[in-house]
Amino acid sequence: MSKDLTTRSTAWAASFEEEPSQVMVPPPALTALKPFGWAKDNLFNSRLNTALTLACLAILWFAVPPVVSWALVNATWLGTPEQCRAAEGACWSIIAAKHRPIFFGTYPYEEQWRPLLACALFLVALGVSAVRACWRPWLVGVWVGCLGLMGALMWGGVFGLTYVANDRWGGLPITLMLSVFAIALAFPLSVVLALGRQSGLPAIRSLCVGFIELMRGVPLVSVLFMASVMFPLFLPEGVTVDKLLRALAGLTMFTAAYLAEAVRGGLQAIPRGQYEAADALGLSYWQKMLLIILPQALRIVIPPIVNQFISCFKDTSLVTIVGLYDLLTAANLATTDPEWRPFFGEVYVFVGLIFWGFCYSMSRYSQWLERESNRYNRR
Amino acid sequence: MTETAIIELNKVGKWYGHYHALRDVSLQIRKGEKVVVCGPSGSGKSTMIRCINRLEAHQTGSITVNGTELTDDVKSVETIRKQVGMVFQQFNLFPHLSVLQNLTLAPIWVRGMAKAEIEEVALSYLDRVRIRDQAHKFPGQLSGGQQQRVAIARALCMRPQIMLFDEPTSALDPEMVKEVLDVMIELAEEGMTMVCVTHEMGFAKSVADTVVFMAEGSIIETAPPAEFFANPRSERTRQFLGQILEH
Repeated sequence: MSKDLTTRSTAWAASFEEEPSQVMVPPPALTALKPFGWAKDNLFNSRLNTALTLACLAILWFAVPPVVSWALVNATWLGTPEQCRAAEGACWSIIAAKHRPIFFGTYPYEEQWRPLLACALFLVALGVSAVRACWRPWLVGVWVGCLGLMGALMWGGVFGLTYVANDRWGGLPITLMLSVFAIALAFPLSVVLALGRQSGLPAIRSLCVGFIELMRGVPLVSVLFMASVMFPLFLPEGVTVDKLLRALAGLTMFTAAYLAEAVRGGLQAIPRGQYEAADALGLSYWQKMLLIILPQALRIVIPPIVNQFISCFKDTSLVTIVGLYDLLTAANLATTDPEWRPFFGEVYVFVGLIFWGFCYSMSRYSQWLERESNRYNRR
Repeated sequence: MTETAIIELNKVGKWYGHYHALRDVSLQIRKGEKVVVCGPSGSGKSTMIRCINRLEAHQTGSITVNGTELTDDVKSVETIRKQVGMVFQQFNLFPHLSVLQNLTLAPIWVRGMAKAEIEEVALSYLDRVRIRDQAHKFPGQLSGGQQQRVAIARALCMRPQIMLFDEPTSALDPEMVKEVLDVMIELAEEGMTMVCVTHEMGFAKSVADTVVFMAEGSIIETAPPAEFFANPRSERTRQFLGQILEH
């Protein structure tokens, strides 16, 4: 720690190098070691900084104590609605009372261990896939097994489980499945779209450009409406495509269009020499793309890609408009109980924290992935 | 002469939009011949050798490599690229692959060779370019001269019959030029057919069988190096030699 501070103050001194006499001044290492010295160097080193520091302290002084007293000190953790009304703080009791409908929506109450287990399986499979040592062919087997098991758990109808039609699914499983499947399907689609957009064949190029521009040019809500309301009108009579599947298709296409533009950015960043070297060695188009260009291009665009993943995860909450019960909709529904109605704010805070947890994990993972995949750039 | 030519360019023409990059370029190169192509910048020398493996497409005339004529047909391009290795000014190594993987990628995927087999071959080539100890590093960890030697070894791993060099030493620091030229001289001594665009006139004098001088998209003069440097026939050649040999 002390070494850290010393280097920082050295760098600080070095930033004043315009004046030659300053260069030779030894870093104020001793004062920097003490907290008071550090504060003086970093928080109160000029009039403006002093003013900013004081302003920040004032904001914290007014903002933090009320939040803490509402959320923690005066909160009711396990109690009845009456106790909540009597208390001044947050009513976290509603989470305890309503967590089942929040997480699982209208899934039959006595069967809710099934979506719970399915979600747990899903999260474990995702966790395993995130670890470098597990990037082996058997991972595909793990996923096939997991998805099969999840399907069996959610639908039932096998192993003596009662059948639950998927219009009764809701809550966290819907949010997780929609977002993960949409991301997993949109990503390869986006790569194909990005390559197609650069294709030398005019028909393929205009098809890809048309798709991307159409999807980017309309709000997700209207894409979902199209998928849900308009699309069935074009189907022959008697043929139906599941509502969940239609929403998934809409979300996938929408996400793919945005991802494709991110991937295109990566493709354009690869020097022409890389294409030429691959050509000169006799690699075919797909070999060149899959072995040389995409591995480099995708590494560059990890940040915008993950940005889009996070966006897609949050966008799943829009499927409520086509009558699907994602986590947010299920939570909303859980607050309709008149007894608990006044405490809907706490439920939104809770759901917000869940969303934040998933998004923050993705963000942290992408930072690790970026470091990991750029190892070849280190000297 | 024609029947022994491994590369034959016959009245090759190329335009970039309205810019006439190659004008009726005709050239025969025998098997085992070492040709150095020189000329001022913009004279079309790079364009010409890039046409030989179809990195650029010519528009008129014909190019025949080892009995296969280059056409729009993908098959002819594939056939020719398998026999022609190329070394670029900017090395163009694949930065995300190790040195060894750079060498083995094309033989594995294009020639279908077994990994263990080609790795042994690759290491022997790395030995020849004196860089075997760097096999597991990434290109970004090597100096320019080392990278260019890896690039030469990468091209050789495909067992080409012809090697094209597009200004292989122009992007190198002066002290690294020799290590790359030494490797090229060894390769020439082994009898490889080489076409080399370069400004290294020392290399041309000692290694080339033929020097080709180009200006404004045309071949001005083709001669053995002794004759080319001692008695240039055209005024344009004398002017060019005067400029580059001055220093």
